Order: sequence, then C-alpha cells, then structure tokens
Amino acid sequence: MKRVYVNEKWCLGCHLCEYYCAFAATNKPDIAIALKGKKINPRIRIEENDNISFAVSCRHCDEPLCVKSCITGALARIDGVIAINNDKCIGCYTCILSCPYGAITISEDGVIQKCELCINTHEETPQCVKGCPNGAIVFEERG
Amino acid sequence: MVVNYIYPEYEIVRNYDRCINCRVCERQCANEAHIYLSDEDQMVSDDSKCVNCHRCVALCPARALKIVKSGHTFRENENWSGKSINEIYKQAESGGVLLSSMGNPEDYPVYFDKILLNASQVTNPPIDPLREPMETRVYLGAKPKKIERDETGQIKNNLPPHITLSMPVMLSAMSYGSISYNAHECLARAAAEAGILYNTGEGGLHEGLYKYGKNTIVQVASGRFGVHKKYLNSGAAIEIKMGQGAKPGIGGHLPGTKIVGDISKTRMIPEGSDAISPAPHHDIYSIEDLRQLVFSLKEATAYTKPVIVKIAAVHNVAAIASGIARSGADIIAIDGFRGGTGAAPTRIRDHVGIPIELALASVDKRLRDEGIRDNVSIVVGGSIRSSADVIKAIALGADCVYIGTAALIALGCHLCRSCQTGKCNWGIATQREDLMKRLNPDIGFKRLVNLLNAWKHEIKEMMGGMGIISIESLKGNRLMLRGVGLNEKDLEILDIKHAGE
Repeated sequence: MKRVYVNEKWCLGCHLCEYYCAFAATNKPDIAIALKGKKINPRIRIEENDNISFAVSCRHCDEPLCVKSCITGALARIDGVIAINNDKCIGCYTCILSCPYGAITISEDGVIQKCELCINTHEETPQCVKGCPNGAIVFEERG
Repeated sequence: MVVNYIYPEYEIVRNYDRCINCRVCERQCANEAHIYLSDEDQMVSDDSKCVNCHRCVALCPARALKIVKSGHTFRENENWSGKSINEIYKQAESGGVLLSSMGNPEDYPVYFDKILLNASQVTNPPIDPLREPMETRVYLGAKPKKIERDETGQIKNNLPPHITLSMPVMLSAMSYGSISYNAHECLARAAAEAGILYNTGEGGLHEGLYKYGKNTIVQVASGRFGVHKKYLNSGAAIEIKMGQGAKPGIGGHLPGTKIVGDISKTRMIPEGSDAISPAPHHDIYSIEDLRQLVFSLKEATAYTKPVIVKIAAVHNVAAIASGIARSGADIIAIDGFRGGTGAAPTRIRDHVGIPIELALASVDKRLRDEGIRDNVSIVVGGSIRSSADVIKAIALGADCVYIGTAALIALGCHLCRSCQTGKCNWGIATQREDLMKRLNPDIGFKRLVNLLNAWKHEIKEMMGGMGIISIESLKGNRLMLRGVGLNEKDLEILDIKHAGE
C-alpha cells in the first residue's frame, strides 16, 4: 500500500505541507479564501529543532494502536487506510494517548482528526506530497 | 548610519487580501527581507534586503507576492544613470572594489541575436528528425593527420585520446566551493545521464563524485587546488584554466569563511584559509611553458586523456589560440565576455573581454588558415542561452559548447546575481547547510537532463530544417548563417553573408 513517507534530509521546515493539508480539508477553491485570517489545524505537522526538521503524519500502521484503543469503533482500518467515522467518535481521545507518533489531534468539532491520505477530498496524491517544494514528502509503496 | 543614500532597487509587493500569514516567505529568505509581526499577526517586508531572487514568490502558496522594479528615480540624466550614481554611493561608503556575480548584464551587442539560420525549400528537401536518423554525437580531441598502416597493410589506430559526447554541449567549470555539493551532484548526474561531460572547476573533486569520473573534466587552475594524481586520472579529460570570460586577467578568491569541512579537504588547504587563485599560472609565461604543463599532465595520466586549455576571449585570442594549438593541447576552450562567475570585480566583468561569437569566428579562421585546425577541437562558452545559440556557434566553427549559467538556471537559479553573498536562496551558490539542502539533486538533475534533452530535440529539428543529418556537416558551415543589422566589419569577422545576399 502507498503511504506518505518523509525524508528528513530534504525537509526545509517551510511548513507548506501544513498549509496545503489545511487547505485540502476545507474543500474551498482558493487557498487565500480558505485560510485567510484563520489559524490552521493541519493533520500533518512539522517537528523541528536546530537545523533538523521533518513532517509527521499518520503512519497508517499495520497494527494500529489507535484502532485497538478506540472504545466506540470510530477508527477502522479500511483498505489499509486508518479512517475516522465522525458520527461514532465521542471525543474520549484514547487514540491520541495511544498513538506513538502523536499523529492524531483534536479537530474544531471536538472529535479527533488525522491524516486520511486525502482519500475523502482529493484523488491520487495527497496534497502535502504534491505541495512539498523539495521532494521531502513522498507517496510511495515501500515493502 | 542615519542617512541612507541608496533607495532599494526592487520593492516587494504583498497582496494583503491573499496573504495567509503562513510565513513561508520569512522562513525561506536568507536575506531576512520578510518579517512576521506576532503582535499584529501580520507579515511585513524590508525592500532594502531583497535581492530579487524570487524564492518567496515561487513558494508563496497564495500567490500573494511579487517583486517590482522600484519607480523611485533620480532626476533624469542621460549621462549619469541611477546605476552609476548608486555605485558611487556604495564605493563612497565602503571604499572597496564593487563585486558582482554571474555574466555581464550590460547593453553590448549579442551577435547570436543578429544571426539567422537557413532552411531548405524545394530544391533540397528538409529532413524530418522524427523519421530519419539524426546524428548529434561529437568527438573532441586532436584528429590524426594521416592514415598509417602497419607491415601487413592494416590501418593503425593512431587516434589521439578523445572525448565522445552524445550532443555538442558540456557543462562548464563551476568549482565545488563556489557552488554547493548538491549543485555539483546535479551536474555530475545530469552529465552521466545525458552522455556528456561536466567540469569540476578548480576546487578539486569531492570523494562522493569520483564515480561519475568518465563524465568529468578535471580542472587544473592557477591555484592548483585539489590537484593530485588520483584526481587527474579520475576524469575523462583535463582542463588547464588560463582564464575565465567573466574576469579575464583576474584570479579567483574564495573567502576563508567558505573553506570549511569537505571543501577544505577537497581543496587540500586548511580550514578558514582564503583560497586565492593567482591571476597568472606562476609557471606559465609563454606557449613553451604551457606546453610543459600540458605534457606534465599527459605524462601523469599516461597519455590517455585529452588536455583542454581554457582561455578568456580577449583581443588577441586568435594568435593565442594558434599558440595553444601548437602546444600539444587537444582542445581549446574559449570563454566569451558574457560568461558567468560566482564573484568578480564589477568593472572587470562588465568591461573586459570580447564577444564569443567574434572570438570563435576569428579563432576558427586563423587555425584553418594556418592549417592547424585539426590539431585541436574548439569549445566555446560565455552565454550560450538556447539550442539556437548552440547551432549558430557550431556553424561558426565550434565543435562543442560549454553551458554554465543555463545549467544553473535549470537548477533554479533566478539570476539575482548575488552569488558573492553566499546566501543563495536556491541552494546553488552557498555552503550554508540549511540553504544547500534546498537543492535536492534527485529533482535538480532531472530538470537539467530535461533541458539537455529538449535542446537535443531542437538541435535535430533545426538541423533537419537545413537538410543536415549530422552535426559534423554543420561544423563551420557558415553558409547556413546570415547576418541581420550587422556592418561590413562584423560580417567580415564572422565570415558570414548579410541576409538577402
């Protein structure tokens, strides 16, 4: 299955992935209209310290701890993608506690949010990958 | 200083209706021209720090930025331009020599733009390169003077060492130090992929790039930085750099601040010491001296590699080239006055040397007149901007061209001409770790290969139009050229007819 991978060597820490992620979630036609005056809450986040930076988003683990920990069945592994059912999420945040990557966060609605590889919003390539100016984020099959 | 005489040349225009305060511009500007005011939650810009490199413009996700030329002006004066006045202000303040980068931007004639190509009509059919085989391969090096046979009558292979290229383009000398490791890797990998050669420049060859040796020209310049036996033997050819088009008669100076880590190791000089390349080679004051170096290098490589001698195009270039052709060198490289540089004194860059078109035409003619044209191949550089320039250079008598600036532009250079600051926002002319990583060689080398492939297609199209199927048939074929708007003397030197003749 194709996943989003990050090559820290080429990450510039420009944070563009975060903005393209936030833009993708709005489903609006223009990034300025979508994000003007808003604080973004993206599903991918840059972690940085000194000169090292890299983007972190859901790894779509083969044995996902978040899915195991979900008490309502809101998280499920569908065709390899860990997907959220917003109607079932009660906001207990057990998944946030159990994710070893810190890839799950709280959305504006109080339910959880995480990277779903843009399957609900865009065809093919996730927008963070498409928007990375230095090829640091890739979407590929790895064994 | 309270009084600032110089108003910024460019202004950063931010469309606040579109700016989403993502701060990409701020993070990507090594000149710190963009500032985020957290209290106001607003981006602002300092025009005086902008070098107009377009990094922020290219990465802005909302297209909220553009750079415009400042409308601010001095009182009109045909004699004293704003540029001249500002340069005086700069020197009055610094007391120093003005420094510039990349090629001569001044308004001198570009002869390539006053030369037009021929095409076949009716009597000699044009050729469709998509249907017919087209040969763009070239061989550089001395040509055997006669056929020799052994006792049994078999032809002896008396071909001197030569270079084979898939197309008549090579990537010109840019040293590791003046450009980043990643930029060098892009050049090396692109050369290997495209079947051509790139040139190390005088900074030696980084260990990591020895594997591209058969696509490498190793340079020996006046500073002799990074030269050792393994280095000389690692490449496909050796180039002796006598001069550079951007700064004829001037040496080089890579400041000690850039001589760090691998650069110091590769150049074989201590960290922090200035790398100064003298203006002359201190052991070369005549063609006889040059001959000694040519043969020293041949001896060191067991006569297996062609030796290139690179000179800047200066007034006596034809006579100098004639000497070089008799020195034992296999290839002469001539660099025109528009050639690029990582740093040169502005006055030298803008006022010394001659156009490559005229230099090439006169060198080719001189060598043919003297019957020594086959002693050497001719490579020309100094602002070859497109495949049309390549075709015109070959028809004027070159065997091959060198591209430097064009290659860097393919890698992302925006010709802001601020290389000398070492803060290249595109990761090319810098040694700062955080800036260097902006040039990912996996992306860069593909862009360069794309450019070379595109030019190769165009070269074939133009050759086909002229009814020529091999680049060899175009070499020195000046009947394929016509001048427009050139005077008698220009036409005489270029040895071409005027359009309509």
